[in-house]
Amino acid sequence: MSDELKPDELLDKVDHTPSQGTWMTESVQIRPGMYCYAAKPESVETLGLPNARSWNPMEADWKLPENWQEIIHNGIKDRLEKFRTFKIFMDVCVRCGACADKCHFFLGTGDPKNMPVLRAELLRSVYRNDFTTAGKLLQKIPGGDKLGGGRPLTLDVLKEWWYYFFQCTECRRCSVFCPYGIDTAEITIMGRELLNLLGLNIDWIATPVSNCYQTGNHLGIQPHAFKDMLDFFTEDIEEITGVDVAPQFNKKGADILFITPSGDVFADPGTYTCQGYMILFKYLKDKYDLDVTWSTYASEGGNFGFFTSHETMKRLNAKMYAEAKRLGVKWILGGECGHMWRVINQYMDTMNGPADFLEEPVNPITGTKFENAKSTKMVHITEFTADLIKHGKLELDKSRNANRVMTFHDSCNPARGMGLLDEPRYIIENTCDNFYEMPINTIREQTFCCGSGAGLNAGENIELRMAGGLPRANAVKYVHDKFGVNTLGTICAIDRAALSTLMEYWVPDVEVYGIHELVGNALILPGEQEREMDLRMEPLPGKEEADE
Amino acid sequence: MNQKYMVPLAGVLLLFLLAYAGVEGAGMQWFFGIIVPYVAVIAFVGGFVRRVMGWAASAVPFRIPTTCGQQKSLPWIKQNCIDNPDKASGVFMRMVLEIFLFRSLFRNTKAAFNRNEKNKLTYSWEIFLWVGALAFHYSFLVVIIRHLRFFLEPVPSCLKFLEFFDGIVQLGLPGLFISGAVLLLAALFLLARRIFDAKVSYISLAADYFPLFLIIGIAASGIAMRYFTKVDIIGIKSFTMGLVTFHPVIPDGVGGLFYAHIFMVSALFAYFPVSKLMHMGGIFLSPTRNMANNNRAKRHVNPWNYAVDIHTYEQYEDHFREKMIDAGLPVDKKE
Repeated sequence: MSDELKPDELLDKVDHTPSQGTWMTESVQIRPGMYCYAAKPESVETLGLPNARSWNPMEADWKLPENWQEIIHNGIKDRLEKFRTFKIFMDVCVRCGACADKCHFFLGTGDPKNMPVLRAELLRSVYRNDFTTAGKLLQKIPGGDKLGGGRPLTLDVLKEWWYYFFQCTECRRCSVFCPYGIDTAEITIMGRELLNLLGLNIDWIATPVSNCYQTGNHLGIQPHAFKDMLDFFTEDIEEITGVDVAPQFNKKGADILFITPSGDVFADPGTYTCQGYMILFKYLKDKYDLDVTWSTYASEGGNFGFFTSHETMKRLNAKMYAEAKRLGVKWILGGECGHMWRVINQYMDTMNGPADFLEEPVNPITGTKFENAKSTKMVHITEFTADLIKHGKLELDKSRNANRVMTFHDSCNPARGMGLLDEPRYIIENTCDNFYEMPINTIREQTFCCGSGAGLNAGENIELRMAGGLPRANAVKYVHDKFGVNTLGTICAIDRAALSTLMEYWVPDVEVYGIHELVGNALILPGEQEREMDLRMEPLPGKEEADE
Repeated sequence: MNQKYMVPLAGVLLLFLLAYAGVEGAGMQWFFGIIVPYVAVIAFVGGFVRRVMGWAASAVPFRIPTTCGQQKSLPWIKQNCIDNPDKASGVFMRMVLEIFLFRSLFRNTKAAFNRNEKNKLTYSWEIFLWVGALAFHYSFLVVIIRHLRFFLEPVPSCLKFLEFFDGIVQLGLPGLFISGAVLLLAALFLLARRIFDAKVSYISLAADYFPLFLIIGIAASGIAMRYFTKVDIIGIKSFTMGLVTFHPVIPDGVGGLFYAHIFMVSALFAYFPVSKLMHMGGIFLSPTRNMANNNRAKRHVNPWNYAVDIHTYEQYEDHFREKMIDAGLPVDKKE
């Protein structure tokens, strides 16, 4: 990874002053390290999406259907009618530039086309040319195109769309600062939908989508293997705590269905967060007889369909309600994940509801009604755990996290597509004594993306990811240097994978933790042995010598 | 690069000269003073309504506000009712602050990167765009309201009140209206930003310079008439009253500068609905700002929601049944 471009070399390239000239006429240079491989045809075929074939972005011929311009034109037209956001955002931008330096990809790469306004202009220029009165009139005058800022949809423009719509993580930071609320995520979503009409997806999205559709989760873990993974964790936890926390699967009549991103089951350090959930559920089962089940069918909280098209998102998300209905649970609890929660909070009920077969969620242990989730009937695990802690229902030993000097990374989607800010912080404060916030312009609604969201967490685009993650890493480094922070807490599965790589690159002394890993360490299980190790099998603070 | 603002600048100068010469040389007062303003107003109203109706006709399939603060969740967690509203009252406040105080722009920061041993990215509060924008819009509003005196007889006392405050510095004769000067300065500031800020310059189009030059032209010609050439106000009032009462008259003794002013205003009106200036209407309809973040509590309905193919549990179990049984996972059908 880092043998390709050292941090210092990457920093040398950062320059936020665009060159002279106009962006419209510069044709796109697709550069290795900055793009993801093309979708494999078999993955595109699984869901019957258009134009499955093998193709390579570096080759001139992208094997497009002959009438591709017509397909895009009709696709734009259709979406202008279906989405008011799209139509307004195409029309009202005044190019004031407030968003320009808000994007982590612009800050990390200095590429002017990563300024949110220009990313949108890539599409807007075609919209102006083909769909506005002014654009159509101006086309008739020689040079008129330029005056109106329009340009025809050429192959070069299409390639530019592909390159830059897959350099946006749909994090919405720019949208916070836009005086009209223009949301580049929304434009990128439309852009990617249009590209998908021509089969122009990336494999890091298409294959997880295909896996999720067939197997139930992005990683394609089959049901028995999914169970095996949790069985491994059960063994590890038993070794650490002496308690058997074996989870239940596909259990009909359970109280709660629990769904979390499969990354937690399969990829370190998310696996430790997963163990945190398992310890919590065991505790609640033993103490309060709460019956939680996992599902192997709905074994994916994340939804890479969201990065493909609205329809694909709906097709993948449908499993959550379908499984809850089949199992006859009361309501659904969701794990720590970013875009999963954007989908649940802002799309799920509308797409696949009403969930009238579920009950309005109530925490049976505290009696708290989750009023904010009474229609969708899905509760975020940090809402759930924070409620338990507030009511004194969890016995926590903070000292077991005493060697953690924490800071917290707000994940983009829970921050700007939900507003889940204080729940995770409350849990951190109750499970750990050392907590320092990063600078105010880099947290909460102004948080910086990990640089790998929205399906861009691949290996081949590592330069893009490390550059895009620079603003986040830079803020972590600040608290690392100032307060000795050694742990970056997060509530997102992509973050747990992406930030680990990012920290290794920029701030090597900082480890990435899920919030429920802290809970898993601190929670005192009934009948547990004296713990010597944390969930990572590292000695607990004060137990270091016993280890030798 | 120059082309981006030289063409619009030339265009505005041309508009000015066209009207000036048309009146002074060809005596076309009736065209520039009567036909053009009527056509422009019709184009403005018709275009504006058409554009807003066009937006309103598009569906709002999902409730996707950008949340800028703590959500409503547990009763003991303090919600940010304005930046993350769950009720109509919060949305209303958010929109009021957005529309009247440009709240999102107020947050603006400026990023800087220092390549040294610390390699720090820093973000400082950047207030000038907000100040410039606010000064520009409010002074423009005051100028427009002040101009109502030309279209109302008798002039309402609230207008006189506004004029009193606008002229409170009591400088020169006729007294200086602050609004006109601020409008000109703010527009010049916004223009300077577009030309000299490398990033803003890079993203700017001819369509961004044109309305700025036009407004600068309007403000400058207005100021020139009031303070320097001292136009015949009585004559102009009879002209403007003629326009609003649909009995248009051409006054004597009003020169080309006035018609150039009117022509540029007309051009701005006619241009408005086909341009980015429609942000004035668009801001009210922006779904990331005008919706409550309560989608989990209150179901939002998508008017074009349609059924999709999904991979059902039955298909899944059929595919994996044996493996599931071997692993001890419950299944619906044993065979």
